Amino acid sequence: MNKVDEALLTEVLGDNSEKADAINIRKNGESIKRSVSPYIDIVSKKDKSGIDIIVKDNVKFGIVHIPVIITESGLTDVVYNDFYIGKNSNVIIMAGCGIHNDLHKDSEHDGIHRFFLSENSKVKYVEKHYGEGKGDGKRVLNPTTEIYMKSGSSMTMDSVQIKGVDDTIRITKAELAENTTLVVNEKILTNNAQTAKTEFNIELNGENASTHVTSRSVATDDSYQEFKSNITGNTKCYAHVECDAIIKDNGKVKAIPEIYAGSVDANLIHEAAIGKIAGEQLLKLMSLGLSEKDAEAAIIEGFLK
Amino acid sequence: MIELKNISFKKDNKIILDNINLKLEDKKFYCLTGPNGSGKSTLAKIIMGIEHPNSGKIYLNGEDITDKSIDERAKLGIAFAFQQPVRFKGITVFDLLKFATSKNITRKDACEYLSKVGLCALEYVDREVNASLSGGELKRIEIATIIARNPSVAIFDEPEAGIDLWSFQNLNTVFKELGATSKGVTLVISHQERILDIADEIILLEQGHITKTGTSKEMLDSLLCEAKCCKKVIK
Repeated sequence: MNKVDEALLTEVLGDNSEKADAINIRKNGESIKRSVSPYIDIVSKKDKSGIDIIVKDNVKFGIVHIPVIITESGLTDVVYNDFYIGKNSNVIIMAGCGIHNDLHKDSEHDGIHRFFLSENSKVKYVEKHYGEGKGDGKRVLNPTTEIYMKSGSSMTMDSVQIKGVDDTIRITKAELAENTTLVVNEKILTNNAQTAKTEFNIELNGENASTHVTSRSVATDDSYQEFKSNITGNTKCYAHVECDAIIKDNGKVKAIPEIYAGSVDANLIHEAAIGKIAGEQLLKLMSLGLSEKDAEAAIIEGFLK
Repeated sequence: MIELKNISFKKDNKIILDNINLKLEDKKFYCLTGPNGSGKSTLAKIIMGIEHPNSGKIYLNGEDITDKSIDERAKLGIAFAFQQPVRFKGITVFDLLKFATSKNITRKDACEYLSKVGLCALEYVDREVNASLSGGELKRIEIATIIARNPSVAIFDEPEAGIDLWSFQNLNTVFKELGATSKGVTLVISHQERILDIADEIILLEQGHITKTGTSKEMLDSLLCEAKCCKKVIK
């Protein structure tokens, strides 16, 4: 790996790159580093590009890193990764993609991730998307996440896209059995002429299934964002969806809420708020000595923290 | 010391403040009181730079600050506690205190500021300054941000508004200490007898004019008498 690769990895994984039990690093469509542990295995798929990540039953605590980096302009990388989480296991999975594109051809990564959570398993999934480079070729990231949760399992998905991604379509689908919990926290910042579309389709099929989806986004310059959520409650269940967006300059945001109660015991809530930074928030921070520009930056940084 | 000279302010063709002249001295605790709509909050906001006067001048320690922005005034030592503390999404109590001090404070420093306003610091320091905090909690955090700035002019706009009796008793203790220890100007907009009672000087503002000023003792007697007479008339 060269310095650009290492910098991209740091953007995606933060300071955690050396702290995993199982690792698979994918660069420009090829696996360049892999390590596994006795209880977490990573196996290449035979029929298509991608890997199976297999966590055995009763793994008390494991960490998996599967970052992707793309430095080749003009490459479209499609990868299928499946995660099989054993019964009663508890893992943190860090994924995401960093694209460095200095040339004029578009670079694209489409990651299709499927999670199969066995009974009483627990997953924290962190996904960070990042783009950089001087070229006018677009940096495109289209992640699809499918989550299938068995009884008693829980998952938290933290998804962050703060910088440098020109176009993205993010699709998350989930099916929840009884006594399951899915928490999704999504943070997106777009600028220039970037577009970001995000879509959630969640079905709560088991009694006492619950989900909480929070999307916080900032659209600046001429960027455009779309948030679509479709939550179906088919039994006694609870869902809360919050879409909060700050718009600046000519930024535009559309929120499309859809909640469907297929049972009289389903309790579903959708909240959406879009607006510019509240003037009183700016005034308060300015009264503490921050310039208007710094106050605005602090409010956005806090909002997306 | 802060001085207002011939300050007038109009909004929607209505005179809110009419030729206000006021000199506030260091190490003194002032209470600005008066009926609703008399212009008290506007006067405070004009000192902070949130509103701009149509005419008149403001001097801080002799320096004309009339045209200075809010943040410039803040850097010069003016601090303002909002009547309705502002809520944020994502910004924590620790963040707010860090902004207030303009330096990299430690969690221990933040806890000390919170303890001064009667908050159990560890419970609050990492909480977001959002709607999950009660009105009383927000008020105390707001006051903590002012104390953290150690300002030369501290302005509090109705600190007692919207809080319960228990929180108010704590606040009163905070203001008593502030009145005794602050080396700068403390200006509190209040209607509360117990806050008026600790003031060195009370300023009565009515219909955009300062109609009376005096020591706490002088002013409280006449203000309370007026209030009682008023009640009798209503009866």
